Amino acid sequence: MIKYNQIELMICVAARNLEDGATVVVGTGAPCAAAMLAQKTHSPNLCILFEAGGVAPNLPAMPISVGDSRTFHQAIMASSMPEIMETCQRGMIDYTFLGGAQVDMYGNINSTMIGPDHSKPLVRFPGSGGANDLASLCWRTMMMTIQDAKRFTNDIDFITSPGYLQGGNSRYEAGLPRGTGPYRIITNMAIMGFDDTTKRMKVLSVNPGYTRKDVQNNCGFELIWADSIAETHEPDEDELRILRGKVDPDRYIIGR
Amino acid sequence: MTMLKKKITNKDGNLKSGQNELFTNPDADAAREFFRTKSRALKPKLSTVEEVVKNYLHDGDYIGIGGFGAIRIPTAILHEIIRQKKKHLGFAGHTSTHDFQILAAGECFDKCDIAYIVGLEARGLSPNSRRYIESGKVKITEWSNATLSWRIKAAAMGLSFLPARNLMGTDTFKYSASKEIICPFTGQKYMAHPALYPDFAAIHVHECDVYGNAHIYGASVSDQDLAKASRYVVLTTEKIIPTEKIRQNPEATSIPFWCVDAVVEIPYGSYPGNMPYEYFSDEEYLRKWLTIEKDPTEFKKFIDKQIFGTKNFFEYLELNGGMEKMKKLRAIELLYDQK
Repeated sequence: MIKYNQIELMICVAARNLEDGATVVVGTGAPCAAAMLAQKTHSPNLCILFEAGGVAPNLPAMPISVGDSRTFHQAIMASSMPEIMETCQRGMIDYTFLGGAQVDMYGNINSTMIGPDHSKPLVRFPGSGGANDLASLCWRTMMMTIQDAKRFTNDIDFITSPGYLQGGNSRYEAGLPRGTGPYRIITNMAIMGFDDTTKRMKVLSVNPGYTRKDVQNNCGFELIWADSIAETHEPDEDELRILRGKVDPDRYIIGR
Repeated sequence: MTMLKKKITNKDGNLKSGQNELFTNPDADAAREFFRTKSRALKPKLSTVEEVVKNYLHDGDYIGIGGFGAIRIPTAILHEIIRQKKKHLGFAGHTSTHDFQILAAGECFDKCDIAYIVGLEARGLSPNSRRYIESGKVKITEWSNATLSWRIKAAAMGLSFLPARNLMGTDTFKYSASKEIICPFTGQKYMAHPALYPDFAAIHVHECDVYGNAHIYGASVSDQDLAKASRYVVLTTEKIIPTEKIRQNPEATSIPFWCVDAVVEIPYGSYPGNMPYEYFSDEEYLRKWLTIEKDPTEFKKFIDKQIFGTKNFFEYLELNGGMEKMKKLRAIELLYDQK
């Protein structure tokens, strides 16, 4: 039995979703670790981009900011924010990762504020940053997060970044590019996708050590379930060796 | 396909608008009237931090800051803005992090266009910045990083808006000042993002000549557009270079002289931020700042000592470790082991 923690599992699962030759815009932290892990395992030609302008760097260390020197170290390009966002808008970016304080059953994400009055927030968060843009314009959006019933809620205080909005065809009807939207929600308990028609969050597999009941009890809305629910593949020895030895040797991310 | 798009257009016959305030005038003709009078002279523009903040920035102005929060930021200008107690500014919170912390400490702005504020990315949230925004003293309008980039780009292009495909369907849009429009060619719905013409911009660059012809290395974020969009532009620079160096390599010019009103040479001018290829950010200092912010009284003492208690940026550098610290930060940036 291999021992690993929740963050390591989520990073390994996320990395497996990034196929060789794809493009991905990442932020700092776990998403960057997932992209680096994919690159050092099955996707050597994964093209990693950062919203401040870095294109395909040889990352020498984990960046602290999506604009710091590491994000364009020995890169193909040190470009600009409009350049990266316009590349997303043109349909050239396959994946992105987002985080947030709340997510609802259609994958809409709040990273702006908590409270009923926008002009006087009870708790203020950074806001969209690039999240709304990436969620609108990249083909597939993924989220890695610890799951609990407060975070997974339909009483979302503010939709910062679009998921499938009100479900069904509403995302496309709002004017967002056809064929884009949330793809995977990777939590410490389960892996979710979205129903093709209703666009509701749908459990695809349950992580080792958790039950269906755990997954539903730690979610504030009713989840739907795939016809057959597999157990999520554990991280294997190679993934863990590379993640711990080469991606995050100082345990900035996986030590949290 | 065309039919489907038409149907959508009809369905949302009444196009929506963001409900929050637009803090700046997007009118391209008003901007042209100003730019008509802006000096095109190739003349030396060397100045001091004190003078440029006094001469080019006034209470109530709208400002944009170059770089990316704690990367390539004009720290000396930011300090001077709070030293001179500038008030009621409008601020483009475009990927703002340490720049936001400094201006929030001085309560210098009371209007803010928000893309990213109150956080320092992987380092965590700024308690004082949060207190300031949560107090309700600041009028806020929501946007996103791409939206502010494109609003600045629209101004750089001499337009009043640019169409784009983000923000749609979200509360970010609801609390913005963008408007939905229909493409006259395809019937596709777009967001019209209003041009952003700041009154004042400060940008820190790697090198420039005395006329303001500048080289920026590494990611440029939105700075080339910001230099074109803003009425007054002040550059702080790691070093002044001879104009020959610009003319030897004209394709490398990031910002041309006619955008620039003043130049101030400030080595290590992005400290405690990162300056690509020169020095890394001082993470220990940024952590200390975040920790002290938890206690408002201690934070006030800290700001008094760091900013009001230092007469200029060089004293501030000395206070925080001087050349010895800079040498360490260079080693981190350039990935070599310091002996």
